[in-house]
Amino acid sequence: MSVRDDIAARIPGGDAGLIVLILASAYLLYILAGIGLGYDLRGQLNSIATLTFYIGIFAMLSLALNLHWGYTGLFNIGIVGFMAVGVYVMALVSKPVFVAGGAAQVGGLGLPLWVGIIAGMLAAAILGLVVALPALRLRADYLAIVTIAMSEIVRFSFLSGNLQEFNLFGTKVGFGGGSGLILDFVPPLEALFRSVGLWGVYLGFVEAFQAIVPRNPKPVVDGLIYGALLLGFVAVYFWLLKRTGESPFGRVLKAIREDEDVANALGKNTDGFKIKSFMLGCALMGLAGILWLMPQGAVTPNFFRPRVTFFVWIALIIGGAGSNTGSVLGGAVFAAVLYQGPRYFQNLVGTVFPNLDSPSGFGQAISPLISQFDPVPLLLYTVDSIRQLQLVVMGLVLIWLMHNRPEGLLGHRKETASVISLDRPKSMTAADGGTDGEVRTDGGVTEDDSTAAVEGGASDE
Amino acid sequence: MSDAANPPVDDVANEGNDDALGAFASGVETTEQFPLQVEGLRKSFGGITAVDGASFEVEAGTLTGLIGPNGAGKSTTFNLITGMLKPDSGTVTFNGEDITGLEPHEIANRGMVRTFQIARELSDMTVLENMMLAPKQQRGEKLWRSVAPVVRDDVREQEEELLERVWEVLDFFDIDHIAHEYAGNLSGGQRKLLEMARALLTDPDMLLLDEPFAGVNPTLEKKLLTHIHELREQGYTFLLVEHDMDLIMNNCEHVIVLHQGKVLTEGTPDDIRSNEDVIEAYLGGNV
Repeated sequence: MSVRDDIAARIPGGDAGLIVLILASAYLLYILAGIGLGYDLRGQLNSIATLTFYIGIFAMLSLALNLHWGYTGLFNIGIVGFMAVGVYVMALVSKPVFVAGGAAQVGGLGLPLWVGIIAGMLAAAILGLVVALPALRLRADYLAIVTIAMSEIVRFSFLSGNLQEFNLFGTKVGFGGGSGLILDFVPPLEALFRSVGLWGVYLGFVEAFQAIVPRNPKPVVDGLIYGALLLGFVAVYFWLLKRTGESPFGRVLKAIREDEDVANALGKNTDGFKIKSFMLGCALMGLAGILWLMPQGAVTPNFFRPRVTFFVWIALIIGGAGSNTGSVLGGAVFAAVLYQGPRYFQNLVGTVFPNLDSPSGFGQAISPLISQFDPVPLLLYTVDSIRQLQLVVMGLVLIWLMHNRPEGLLGHRKETASVISLDRPKSMTAADGGTDGEVRTDGGVTEDDSTAAVEGGASDE
Repeated sequence: MSDAANPPVDDVANEGNDDALGAFASGVETTEQFPLQVEGLRKSFGGITAVDGASFEVEAGTLTGLIGPNGAGKSTTFNLITGMLKPDSGTVTFNGEDITGLEPHEIANRGMVRTFQIARELSDMTVLENMMLAPKQQRGEKLWRSVAPVVRDDVREQEEELLERVWEVLDFFDIDHIAHEYAGNLSGGQRKLLEMARALLTDPDMLLLDEPFAGVNPTLEKKLLTHIHELREQGYTFLLVEHDMDLIMNNCEHVIVLHQGKVLTEGTPDDIRSNEDVIEAYLGGNV
């Protein structure tokens, strides 16, 4: 407990201060790395946009998972399946109608993007319901098995040739099979600004941006604005989940996490609460998947491998399950350090030492160390394969966290599950009958009415 | 079915604030003379028949003890009554309604709440959160009500009313000084108090207490008993599983003896004390 207390105590503003500090250091590191890499302003802005994009995505996913695991204790390791269903259903609904001879192999229903997004979220929530109905009656680990199996079933279904193309409402639609699906709808930012009638204004802004980035500033501005938009979504997720948690509803979720039988014995329909919590989290995961892939132009089923699910878990564990603030923090740290970090590090090394000739195989890398005690080839090889080693690094971080800091950076916070502060109401006087120094019948001795805590009763801290 | 079975929670807080008990008890108005009736209850696990056709009734406003040697089927009977287990056969009737096979939460919502043999506090929640959880029909248990901007004010209003009730109960059980503590940090006795306080906040007609005095020091035991007697005088009905014969004999009006899954005998403590079968059952003789 002490480490976190120390961190939080040393930073002005507590948790909020910690978040600002960590985000600021991440951006600073990236800017410094950009300088090291010799980026021009355009490169720097692109690098910031990419960093913001992944911070937003992982913060959203980690917040949604926190609702499942941190609040309700639902062990969902099929996150990527809900993301996939969200994206694919969105594509099916919003892709333009099939035209023979066009670039796209299959079409969609041609409905507006926002309709597709809502449909994608609903589909993810309904898949959540279908998974939950049989599995929620089982214990936590069985739900885990069902969810990971589901996510692989989803991936293989989209890979399958049977769903590659079919007819729906008289038009040729489909999921593209293994060759993927072109997301040839109106780009999301354009759709957004057009729908509020600000597209002209936005283009004007892009024009004005030429003062900073002379040639073709649109992709740069698009990236930055989209990143900012994602942070806006993070804020909405945070607001929604904070209100969900700090309420009688969230109280029941917490009780289910602690001991489902007790919640049930106190008259709470725990299955109902679990299903609602699960569906809400799944819809939010679906939306995060949509926001991740929508601007990428294409989607293939193999993007949705289980490792993405474990990325989200690592992000949540870094931040601390059970805390919304921690989830955002964990998402940010994961995106900046573990997800994007290794690539930047590799580029940086490559730029600083441009003429390094790294060995082409592990054998050539290790033999000089054994025969001549020369570690340089191995080091070079390691740096060269750092992207492949990324998963190993993540695994090591996870093991270290589990041993040394299982509660995460901000875990085990007192985010009280109630709408109001639970202090004694001002209208009520403290318990009468002189409790000073009186021996309590519960074995504890009270010293001062409010601060005595559990001197006699505390078993562990 | 009594009126008290499903009272709107917000009405409760307005009643009798002067009286610590009246403040959280909406008053028990059980119309049935025997709110709980158990008929031919049977449950077996594999080859072992844990409860073998037990039948008994519990009279309204009494403190009824359920005793029996180890393995007599007391805890299984409790689980069958409260819906934690489903009986193989037999019926459970509560306030005139057949509740056999209902889910635990459905039974709790009809006004019968249990506590557990080993106190099951919600460790990573504070005492206050544990207590605030219990009241029934909270508006904010609907997700949209808790989230939607204007409606949340209604939830807030009800939370404020509940909080007053919760603090009154905390005072009554003398655990107000640990209100902000995580429940997992409490001592064994404090956990027992928390469990009973929490059960009372659901505003039940009847409480089923599974060994409420196990691991409790004598001073606290006396205090718990005082609370139970006060509540019983208000009209609450108690069914109590307990090992301590003296405690049962001195406090219960009516005692039911279970043995090998069947009701061996029942009656007043004096009847039981002089019953040869009971003595034999407890001394392990052949009945």
